[in-house]
Order: sequence, then structure tokens, then C-alpha cells
Amino acid sequence: MSAAPLLSLEDVVVRFPLRRTVMDRLARRPARAVHALNGVRLDLHRGETLGLVGESGCGKSTLARAVVRLLDPDDGRVRFEGQDIAGLVGAARRGFNKRVQMVFQDPYGSLNPRMTVRQVLHEALSVHRMRPRAAIPGRIAELLDLVRLPPDSADRLPHQFSGGQRQRIGIARALAVEPDLLVADELVSALDVSVQAQVVNLLLDLQGRLGLTVLFVAHDLRLVRHISHRVAVMYLGSVMEVGDTEALFSAPRHPYTRALLDAAPDLDPARRTAVAAARGELPSPLAVPSGCPFHTRCPHAFDRCRTERPVLAPRGPAGRAACHLEGFGAPA
Amino acid sequence: MTGVADTRPGALAVRGLRTVFASPAGPLTAVDGVDLDLAPGEILGLVGESGSGKSVTLRSLLRLVRPPGRIAGEVLWGGRDLLGLRPGELRRVRGREIATVFQEPMTALNPVLTVGRQIDESLRAHTGLDARGRRARGVDLLDLVGIPAPATRLADYPHQFSGGMRQRAMIAIALAGEPRLLLADEPTTALDVTIQDQILKLILALRARLGMGVILVTHDLGVVAQSCDRVAVMYAGRIVETGPVAALFAEPRHAYTRGLIGSVPRAGGERRPLLSIDGTPPGLGARPAGCAFHPRCGFATDACRREAPPLAAVAPGREAAGREAPGREAACWHHAAVAAAGIEAPVPEPA
Repeated sequence: MSAAPLLSLEDVVVRFPLRRTVMDRLARRPARAVHALNGVRLDLHRGETLGLVGESGCGKSTLARAVVRLLDPDDGRVRFEGQDIAGLVGAARRGFNKRVQMVFQDPYGSLNPRMTVRQVLHEALSVHRMRPRAAIPGRIAELLDLVRLPPDSADRLPHQFSGGQRQRIGIARALAVEPDLLVADELVSALDVSVQAQVVNLLLDLQGRLGLTVLFVAHDLRLVRHISHRVAVMYLGSVMEVGDTEALFSAPRHPYTRALLDAAPDLDPARRTAVAAARGELPSPLAVPSGCPFHTRCPHAFDRCRTERPVLAPRGPAGRAACHLEGFGAPA
Repeated sequence: MTGVADTRPGALAVRGLRTVFASPAGPLTAVDGVDLDLAPGEILGLVGESGSGKSVTLRSLLRLVRPPGRIAGEVLWGGRDLLGLRPGELRRVRGREIATVFQEPMTALNPVLTVGRQIDESLRAHTGLDARGRRARGVDLLDLVGIPAPATRLADYPHQFSGGMRQRAMIAIALAGEPRLLLADEPTTALDVTIQDQILKLILALRARLGMGVILVTHDLGVVAQSCDRVAVMYAGRIVETGPVAALFAEPRHAYTRGLIGSVPRAGGERRPLLSIDGTPPGLGARPAGCAFHPRCGFATDACRREAPPLAAVAPGREAAGREAPGREAACWHHAAVAAAGIEAPVPEPA
């Protein structure tokens, strides 16, 4: 991974300020904000699938939105091929929009109910002038074939499709403009298990055939493990650990990753435990704990964790973890 | 499963349960002849995809189905048929002998009453305790479900509780009548994975401590593997396979179970195709003839299209060689072929 990353986040901060209520003003309480991303550093390499995993409020969806520039960071930068995407205007902005595409979580809310599949794909193809007018029908047929929808789907409306088929339409729409980077935010979490597997298989196949770079955002560890070359684990707006999938899952170097893996219900009934993997509740992103955000739930926390925020530092050959316990999970 | 019904206290035997909803388009059969057995203190997982009828089955056991839904069959609770009880008798079973926990921790609690008041309501209905006794018992219950500082939390409103704590409070309310059976409908689906893990461990601990049985409805096979003794897999309103968890996961005997297990990514199979199931589950009004799974099934033959296979006993299988694995049943004409196929996806030939 010595080549320059396709996309990198440099200390990205995103805050969502809360409106001050009358009571806040009377009590002279300071303005509060949800800290969605607290200085995230992350690289995406060409041709890889990076899995982004974490529990609710960890900032994974905010990160996905910052990557496709659906929102701008309050601080830090997102660079695409070295260029700060916040500075892109006009043709450069349109070029970026074409090369970075997103597929959304909700198969029911993310397609216009009045547009046929043909209209959806036609719009994507013509806005970005992907094909001469005459070639568009042929390209639509190709796209439907690519996502394995029957050719007669083109003239149907979204309500005539199942959830899994709608996600295929969303993928076809994203791929219509031949992007380099596909951002998939909880692509299959609204689908039944048997249908999830179909869409996951499709994504694996497309990623390999088209050489796509994929940012796969999900809360399901099993899925992320299955699909990703590398995985980043987030907690309350920070990346806690990032590394090659195999290394991260077999020997996590952060106590939170360990807890997350142990909490995920294993399909093997023989690996049953009696004690919960993590104690306590998820803190609110309105009040992220000082120091290491995980210290309130961490069984290994000591004084330094409560005051000093650990930085993401190298662990093992290709990983990084943000933990003061450098030796955590290290091979003995 | 069509054997003699267990009539011991705390045992549940369901026979021929059918729940039908009248609709303008004709009757819709959500539950289509379900047989279930639960020994006292046993945890049974009822697993299936959306529309499989698992939740309606659970609700039908306590007749929690509103018109135009109609329930038929037998639900034998310690030998008594719950479907034949008069309303007053049924009320004494609900909450006191059999309690329920539903999926939505955000909406199942009344937002304008304190948690303590809602626990108190349950205690008043199901116990003979006086006000002081109920308060003390309320503190005990919150403590039992693992809520810290229970005495002060009784005065909190639901919005002051996190999702996980609300689900704990729901369980506390359910436990107020000291039930012998807990019906839990997707109790952890809305929760984060670390909180889900805590709630499942809590249910296991409570079972061990109170000796109550649990029927756990879920779509997550991992949840079943981690918390149930036995599992019943539902598809299109019927139970297609049932058996002890370890045996069923090691060697599924119904093509649908096999596909479902294969659809879940497992360690060691990274970036390989999953053993997915083609198509989507059928709607209530469009149930295929014969075996309802046949249009999606790679093993299907003419027999499957013609006639629905009955849920029948199958041999324990090779995973149980030398061990007892009783109670394995599958409704599949090709259960032997399914067992032989295993649960690994075929590796595609190089092009």
C-alpha cells in the first residue's frame, strides 16, 4: 500500500450544533453540539473494500456523507487524489460527483416512486453525459444485466420491486456514471438475511470485475468481515482501530474491537459465553467522555485513559489502534 | 412433534395453530398449522424472515391477535387449552403465568408515566402485595434486570432511559407476575450489538435463576445460536425444521434452513460468495402450492411442487454420532440430500 491513497480523511471534525432552548439561555448554559466526527484520519486505497463498522452514534454514516461531500467538515480535510474536495467548484465538482457515488440504506426512501427504472438510469447517464443519446438504451440494458435484474425491469416503478431488487437499482444508478469509489451506507441492513446474501455476492462480484474502491459502512461485523480487505472500527466519532481484516478479527489490538467481536452473536452454538462482552451503556454523542471515549466501559482503563486521548498509532505490520495499552492483544 | 402433549405445569404444546386474517382479497393465512412443544424452563428460538409468521404465532399463543384475525387450533399450557379459556380466565394467565416482551423499547412504555408506576401497575395486577411491598419488589425487579441505583431510577420517565435500559425495564415489568414462560418478540433487534449481548445474557441468567421457559422470536441466527436450547425455523407460515440448536446448525435438514445458515457470513470464508437463496419470501396472498419454498429451492422436484411435505422426524444425523439428538424434524422431501450437501457454498469454477 505504498501508492498514494485514492481518498484520505485528514483530522476530519464534524459537529452538529443543537439549537439553544429558552431554558438553556436562562440557565446560561453554553451552546451544545453533537460531536459526530472528532478528528478522523483514514486512507482509502485504490481497488480495496474498506469496511467501516461501529454502533449507533459512532459517526460512520456522517463519515460516509463527508466522503461524498453531502456535508463539509467543520475542520480538517477530505482529499480525493490529493485534492481537497471542499475547494472543488464547477466542472471539477461535477467530475468529483461522477467519480464518487453513494448507495443509500433505505430501499424504500431512496428511489423516486414516480420514476421508472429507465428514467432513473437515464437521468444519471444524461446528467453526466456518459453516452451519446442513441447509446443510452443499450447502456441501460447493460446496467440491468450487471446488477442481475431482468431486462423487462426498465419500465417498472420502484413499488413493483422487492427491497433487494431496489438496492440493485440503487447500485445500477450509482454504477451508471462509472465511479471509482462506491460508498455503501448500510446497503443490506434493511433486507432479509437470504436477500442480504444475494446483494453481498453481487457487490463482491462487481468490486472484483470493475476494480471499484468501496467504502462499506455497516453495523454488522460478520458482513464487514466477509466483504472488506481492511476494516476501521469507530466509536463515538473516533477511529479506534484500523487494519487488515484478517489481522483485526483474529487479534484485535483495541479493547473496544475485542468487546465488539465478543458481543456479536456467533453462529457456532459451542462458542457460548455467560458473561456480557461489554459493560455499561453507550454514552451519548452529546457528551463524549474525556480522554479515550471508551474508558467508561473499558475493563483495562487506567488514569491516563480518563484524561489523555490516545492517538491512532501503528500496531503490528499493517494496523493502527488508538489505545494507551500498546501491548493489548499483541502476540505473546 | 405430533406426539403426546406435555401436560406438566410450565410446559407448552401447540397443535395445529392457524391464524387467518380476513381481507378484501380473501383470507390471508399468516400461521398455517403450527405444532410446537416447549418443556418447562426451555428456551426455544422461533426464527424466520419477515412475513414468515413467527410474530403472529407468538401473539396467537395468548390470543393477542385482533379481528379480523382468527385463531384456530390448540395451545395447551400445562394441559389447559388457552384458546378455549373464557376472557377472565385468560386474563389470569396473561402476565401472571405467561408474560411478553415486544420489540420496540421506544414505544412499548408509556412516556407520561414513571418506570416505577408502570412496574407498580403490573405488580398490582399480578400480586397481592400492598403499596410498600410493591415498591420494594419494584426495586428488586430493576435490580434483577441489572439497572444500577434501582431505587432512584423508579422515579425516572422512559425518556430518561437508554434503549437498552428500556428493554431491561420491559423485562422487569414482564417478570412482575413471576411468569413461568416469557414470550419475547425480537427483544434485541433495535439494540446495538454490545447492548444486545447484555440483554441476551440477562435472559439466560434469568432463566437459570427463575426456571422460566422462553420463546424467543428472532430473525438473527446468531442470536439463536447464542441463547436457545432448541430452534424452530418458520417459512411462509409453517415450521419447516426443528431440533436442538447444535445439531440443527451443524447439519440442517431443510433446504431453507441450509440457505439461511449459508447466507450468514462465517469466519474463514472471507470474500467468497455466500450460499444465498434466490428470489424473495412469498407474500401472504401468494403462497406457492406444494412446499412453499420450492420456487427458491435448488433441490426441488415435481413432488415438491405437488405436495407439501409434513414435518416429520429425521435421523439424528452424522453430527450426533454417539450423542443423543432427539427431536429433529424437517418438512422436506429431500432432507437426506440437503444434509449430504452441507452448508458450504460451492466454490465457483475458475472462468
